[in-house]
Amino acid sequence: MNISEKILATASGRKEVSPGEIVEANVNMAMVNDITGPLAIETFHKIGVKKVWDDNRIVMVLDHQVPADSAKSAELHKIMRKFAKEQNIPYFYDVGFGGVCHQVMAEKGHVKPGELIVGADSHTCTYGALGAFGTGIGSTEMAAVFATGKIWLKVPETIKVNVEGEFQKFVGAKDLILSIIGQIGADGANYKAMEFDGPVIKSMSVSERLTICNMAVEAGAKTGIINPDEKVMAYVKNRAEKPIEPLKSDVDAKYEKVVDVDVSFLEPQVACPSSVDNLKPVSEVEGTLIHQAFVGSCTNGRIEDLRMAAEIVKGEKIKGGVRFIVTPASHEVYLQALREGILETLAKAGACICNPTCGACFGGHMGLLAEGETCVSSSNRNFTGRMGSPKAKIYLASPATVAASALKGEITDPRRL
Amino acid sequence: MEIKGKAVIFGDNINTDVIIPSKYLTTLDPYELAKHAMEGLNSKFHEKAREGVIIVAGKNFGCGSSREHAPIALEHAGVRCIIAKSFARIFYRNAINIGLPVVECSSILEKTGDGDELLVNLAEGEIVNLTKNLRLQASILPSFILEIISAGGLVEHLKRRLEEHGEL
Repeated sequence: MNISEKILATASGRKEVSPGEIVEANVNMAMVNDITGPLAIETFHKIGVKKVWDDNRIVMVLDHQVPADSAKSAELHKIMRKFAKEQNIPYFYDVGFGGVCHQVMAEKGHVKPGELIVGADSHTCTYGALGAFGTGIGSTEMAAVFATGKIWLKVPETIKVNVEGEFQKFVGAKDLILSIIGQIGADGANYKAMEFDGPVIKSMSVSERLTICNMAVEAGAKTGIINPDEKVMAYVKNRAEKPIEPLKSDVDAKYEKVVDVDVSFLEPQVACPSSVDNLKPVSEVEGTLIHQAFVGSCTNGRIEDLRMAAEIVKGEKIKGGVRFIVTPASHEVYLQALREGILETLAKAGACICNPTCGACFGGHMGLLAEGETCVSSSNRNFTGRMGSPKAKIYLASPATVAASALKGEITDPRRL
Repeated sequence: MEIKGKAVIFGDNINTDVIIPSKYLTTLDPYELAKHAMEGLNSKFHEKAREGVIIVAGKNFGCGSSREHAPIALEHAGVRCIIAKSFARIFYRNAINIGLPVVECSSILEKTGDGDELLVNLAEGEIVNLTKNLRLQASILPSFILEIISAGGLVEHLKRRLEEHGEL
């Protein structure tokens, strides 16, 4: 079996499972945020169960609209706080203590190799970077998980992506995952698991792996996953309270197909409006004028991403007329960036530093776009209307490309600076 | 279980941000959400849907976020069923869980015109285009999914199950 099959077999108490089988699995952890949580809570009350199945296996994070940007958001936050208190849920991350839910889940040790984690957020697939099977579900389904701790899942076919070669400077994880999605399409892995492997993946940091697995859902995947190694075990051991039993793909594991990718000649990649698979190398879109540049989100708001942006803009000024919005993915990332002087470097260059939130990526607040405006963003979606006006344009790229573009006021290849 | 309605046509990769833009997600009121259903593509959709319609679409319908507000907005706007070449998985589960029927049919887009009267038989996986007098075969939903839909969604289905086991 491959890693996804092993985790689903373990979670459903079976020796073996194979693709296409439907299993009823026990959930190890369940996560909700301030957009999906209130609806899940309302639905949980409708079911009529008084107590959640396990208060230690639920994580609640306020991240999409924090601090509350409107009275309506404040009401949603109130619903979340009340439920956490009533149900005695210890892992509740309020404003100032958490950040973007997926980053919080990873850094607070709620994601462990070998576990099945469901989250009421599509980017729950991020957790595969730590060897867990993470998958996104809706609020009603989450209410049922709150009540029973169980979920039915179809065991997915797995596409293995084998990555070889060596990145050029300023080309990295984001460019790679964009290029893979560009190759297989926005529904290229629909219902399937994507397992990333090969020397390039093995040499990646945990942060880069989180970026890769995070975007698996943009190809429709149920999860993105990487076999856990020493780097992952070291990351998790420092954070998790419970013991860990990692699972890994067998040498003779079966895959629906294997896709081979060589990154040696990969240019920085840009996903053009309004689909993640509308992909072009940066050279074809260089010179496109921008009004906003955004570094943040569960895809690219980690310390390594902020470091990269700071390295590029250090001692320079961003182009007049461009808003450079920087949103650290979590409170921990924010503090680390503060300690390293990264926030000062960015702010001196003219960046507007926001508090940890989904913010502009989600199109909720903190950097929305007007009609006719263009943004280059390190986030994960460039759908029509995603970041504000349906008549705005969004280009997705790496933090390096975004920072370089902020300096020049137009989409720029960071290798040319 | 039979569903009848006029077809409203959409293309490929209809994402959750156009089905219900994120700025409306601060409400839990399904009728408020319904007013903005499909606003990203057609601000008049909710008026058209009021009479009870069937959405006909291409591949990867509902891609994007996990927001259940998307199928809720469509259902309360008057969408009785969605027939697409394929669905994004979270949207697919969400629709079933709130009792909104979703059917996969590979040739639906080519064989249906905007406003065509459609009749869908979920158990048989059969779609009849009454306007064009055509029969199309759709995927047949597994019986446990049909059970969830006919119960009106996962909540009712789960309540029945818990009651049967004396857990409620």
